[in-house]
Amino acid sequence: MKRFILLFSSLFFLSGFWALPADAQTPEAPDQLVQSVVNEVLEVIRNDPKVQAGDPQRVRELLDGKLLPHFDFRRMTMLAMGRNWRAATPEQQNELTEQFKNLLIRTYSNALSQYRNDTINVKPLRTREGDKEVTVRSEVVRKGESPVAVDYSLVLGNDSEWRCYDVTVGGVSLVTNYRDEFNQQVKAGGIDGLIQSIAQKNKGSA
Amino acid sequence: MRQYFFFLAILLIPLLPGCASTGSIADDDPLEPINRAMFAVHQPLETYVARPIADVYETVTPSVARQAVTNFFNNIDDFFSGVSGLLQGNLDSAGHDFGRVIVNTSFGLAGLIDFASDADIPRGGQDFGLLLAHWGIGPRPYLFIPLLGPTTLRDGIGGFAQGSASPISWYVDDKSIRWRNALWGLHAVDGMSSGIKLLNTVDSAAIDRYTFIRSAYLQRRAHQANDDSYRRAIFDDVDFDHE
Repeated sequence: MKRFILLFSSLFFLSGFWALPADAQTPEAPDQLVQSVVNEVLEVIRNDPKVQAGDPQRVRELLDGKLLPHFDFRRMTMLAMGRNWRAATPEQQNELTEQFKNLLIRTYSNALSQYRNDTINVKPLRTREGDKEVTVRSEVVRKGESPVAVDYSLVLGNDSEWRCYDVTVGGVSLVTNYRDEFNQQVKAGGIDGLIQSIAQKNKGSA
Repeated sequence: MRQYFFFLAILLIPLLPGCASTGSIADDDPLEPINRAMFAVHQPLETYVARPIADVYETVTPSVARQAVTNFFNNIDDFFSGVSGLLQGNLDSAGHDFGRVIVNTSFGLAGLIDFASDADIPRGGQDFGLLLAHWGIGPRPYLFIPLLGPTTLRDGIGGFAQGSASPISWYVDDKSIRWRNALWGLHAVDGMSSGIKLLNTVDSAAIDRYTFIRSAYLQRRAHQANDDSYRRAIFDDVDFDHE
């Protein structure tokens, strides 16, 4: 059971580790991207007492400035929806992506400060020329606990930027977890019902 | 008594469905209506029993003591992890586990101190449920048991066998039975204390608590059993070309 604690808390925060200034045409090696993002974000957390205290404004700045540009929320939502995605109108698709994004942001922000003493080792990745999908593996080491494997799934966009669309912590994939939930909600209340459930969740206590 | 439980558990094994997981988490929960009823029973028990107990435990004991308690039970689990690894032919993981148990049981005062982790001997993380998985038994059906939480028929039988064989259950006569019960009670409190922390995180993320816990549990166990069928299903039913 204990393993699960680290596992879950990691799930919600680590998927936020995507920040690097936009690079020009040649995409940066994805494993190096993850490593530098991890370092950069950990540095902010370790040095900013306001982020450590969970100041919503500062946490939001950190996320907006460094992390969110490196996420592909639309793809993430699409995968979490599975076959239901095609059943949704373009308006519903946009609304879902927005609400899902907010749900994830809200969840990560709460967990941010727990990670300042963790060590994150990104493993070197063997890529082939022309790869458009990669999984970067890493390991989170916390004193007194077993290391937890964290895998980042990245896709190469048309703008030659790698973006993250799934994070798997100790084998638990964020996308798969939400797909199960989304399916359930759509079955019960249709796509509008799902949008409403997420929106309601977002309005709840942060 | 425990010997009977152990044999009962072994007798149940042939009844388990042999197929690996289907890739669909919902399909691995054919008993969902019953499980949801159990989950409804669980929720007030969690709020009014498990949480207060975990709170009191954390208030009255220093964290060093709680860590020692966790280490003590981990040490017992490590032994069974070693047995499970051995029966799976994974000598590397079994060797680490038995090494850990020897170090922690002797120098670590019966497992209260985890010296082996400081010496970088990793935990194998195996158990009897994963041993059954190795022998081809799938996660179906998923089960939710009030207060004990998520499991599967396979993992439940594995856990039951492991509990029956545990040294905590040994040497039960009229005098030691009180000790046995106290230890199992402490084990339960230790589990609640870590379980509640986990659930707090679940609550900030989950839209539907039941589904979230089910999905995370089944994925985690599949990962531990090297079964990637859920993972491979992630691109099913998705057509990016339509974008």
